[in-house]
Amino acid sequence: MSKLKRHPPHIDRRDWLAPLPAATRFSFRGSSEAAAAASRALGVELSQVACRAHVAGERAALWLGPDEQLLIGAESEAATLRDSLTVALGDIPHSLVDISHRQVAFVVHGAHAEWLLQSGCPLDLELSHFPVGMCTRTVFLKAEIVLWRTAPDTFRLEVWRSFAEYVTSLLAEAAIELSA
Amino acid sequence: MLIIDCPYCGPRPEPEFAHGGQAHVARPADPSQATDQEWLEFLYLRHNTRGVFAERWRHARGCGRFFNALRDTTTDHFLATYRAGEKPPVLPAGGAR
Repeated sequence: MSKLKRHPPHIDRRDWLAPLPAATRFSFRGSSEAAAAASRALGVELSQVACRAHVAGERAALWLGPDEQLLIGAESEAATLRDSLTVALGDIPHSLVDISHRQVAFVVHGAHAEWLLQSGCPLDLELSHFPVGMCTRTVFLKAEIVLWRTAPDTFRLEVWRSFAEYVTSLLAEAAIELSA
Repeated sequence: MLIIDCPYCGPRPEPEFAHGGQAHVARPADPSQATDQEWLEFLYLRHNTRGVFAERWRHARGCGRFFNALRDTTTDHFLATYRAGEKPPVLPAGGAR
C-alpha cells in the first residue's frame, strides 16, 4: 500500500482542543422589547452592541445579529430555561427555537489557538481586532461556525454537529505544522 | 482579501457575504392593478451597469442581514454600504475609481 494515509496522522489533540459538555442552546430572535424580557428571564443582559457576548455563571447570550442572539445554558437547564423564557416573553412577538442538539462546542486554547483558527477563518483574530468577549458567526473554510473569544488564548467554537469532524480534522492538519 | 463594510458588524471578509442582485427594485404598489409589463419589469428586467451600481448584499455567514452597497462593477471597489430602507449616500464627485 501507498505510504500516504487518508487521514492526517494522529496527533495529540488534547493539549489545544477540548470538546465541551452538552449544553442547552436557544436561537432567540425578537425586538429590543423582547430582548429586554429575555434578559430578565435569563439573568444575562443581552448585548445591544454588535458581536459581543455576555455571561453570568453558566449562562451566556451571544449577539449574532441585530435581532438574533444565541442563548447558552447548562444541559440540565433545558426545561427551566424554556419555561422561564416563554413565560417572560408572553405575547411579545419573538422566536425561540431549541437548537441544543444542532451543534456541538469545542474550546481551542493555548499559545497557538489564534494561529490555528486563522488557518481557516478569514477574520482578523488578533487581540486588538477580536478582543475577549467578542463573538460572531463566521466561516472556518467551508463550514459555518460561531466563534467566541473567552480569554486571550481561548476560543469557543460552536459547530453544526455534522461539520464537527471536518473542522477538528482541519485544525489538526494545521497543527501538524506546529509539530514539524 | 476583499473587505466589505457590513452596516451592522463593521468590516468583514468577503467569504461571509452573499450577493443579492440589484437594489431598490420596488414591488408594484398595488399588485392586483399592475399590468403584465409592470410585472415583467419588476420580476425580470435588471440593469447591467458598468460602473457604480447599487446592489443588495447579505451578510449570510455573519449577522444574516440584507443591506445595500454601492459597488463599482469595473473595479469591484465598494464605495459605500448602507442599511436596507435607507437612501443611497451621495458620493463625492469623482468618488468612483
